[in-house]
Amino acid sequence: MIVQQLVFYLFSAIAIAAGVMVISARNPVHSVLFLILAFFNAAALFVLIGAEFLAMVLVVVYVGAVAVLFMFVVMMLDINFVRLREGFMQYLPVGALIGIILLAELMFVFGSWVLSPTTAALEQPTPPEISNTEALGNLLYTEYFYLFQAAGFILLVAIIGAITLTLRSRPGVRRQNISEQVHRSAKDAIELKKIQPGSGA
Amino acid sequence: MEMAVPLGHYLTVAAILFTLGVFGIFLNRKNVIVILMSIELMLLAINLNFVAFSAYLGDLAGQVFTMFILTVAAAEAAIGLAILVVYFRNRGSIEVDDINLMKG
Repeated sequence: MIVQQLVFYLFSAIAIAAGVMVISARNPVHSVLFLILAFFNAAALFVLIGAEFLAMVLVVVYVGAVAVLFMFVVMMLDINFVRLREGFMQYLPVGALIGIILLAELMFVFGSWVLSPTTAALEQPTPPEISNTEALGNLLYTEYFYLFQAAGFILLVAIIGAITLTLRSRPGVRRQNISEQVHRSAKDAIELKKIQPGSGA
Repeated sequence: MEMAVPLGHYLTVAAILFTLGVFGIFLNRKNVIVILMSIELMLLAINLNFVAFSAYLGDLAGQVFTMFILTVAAAEAAIGLAILVVYFRNRGSIEVDDINLMKG
């Protein structure tokens, strides 16, 4: 029990510190790296609470895909980051004010949160005889099947949108045009010319 | 179900992470990339809330919903960064103050 508590406080402290660094790091590359650290620690918190499958998905999707995408964009675009930092101190007071108000409100709500004693009688999220992944799968492919399909559709739309947005045809680039190559016949490739003997081409 | 860490502590961590995300949007008003990262941070906090409630209330629906949030967050990041790349190609900067071409 005490070990579990210590691990919880360790991981949550690192996650919060990484979150602070994400928004305050001077270099966006460092921001992305701290974001990855925050995701890893959140995944550890998920494992601690018994959601192993989601922890693995978090690492694979966020660290493996989203954070790498961020890293690509940060490094590909030639951005003057010093200019983007201008006004950092100017927005600090109003941002801090709103942040503190929001945090205080959330604390008022969550601080007084008590579970009704009757909820303790509810079943465990994961039934004891099967793993968390199996329980999630049992639920996802039966009760939430249409939502699952909708999620796949959202990803499809995102793929198509991202490709159409960033695809561009640059002039002066010679690309292979397969249909043109296939439809090329001997008639338009070779030209026969009758040349009189002795007159030259 | 007896848990070592009370639910309130999980909610507090999530609340702090969410506030950091909001704070980050205000702090980095000019840098769209960091604003997108702040949004990811906020979504992470929401996921933490969902999973904590799911575990403490004994209902797996929260974890299923977290998976859908992950899906939408990934799609959002992909589209947002694609828009950013196109914008940088056209304007040569990603300053939020410059993004006013569609203003009436």
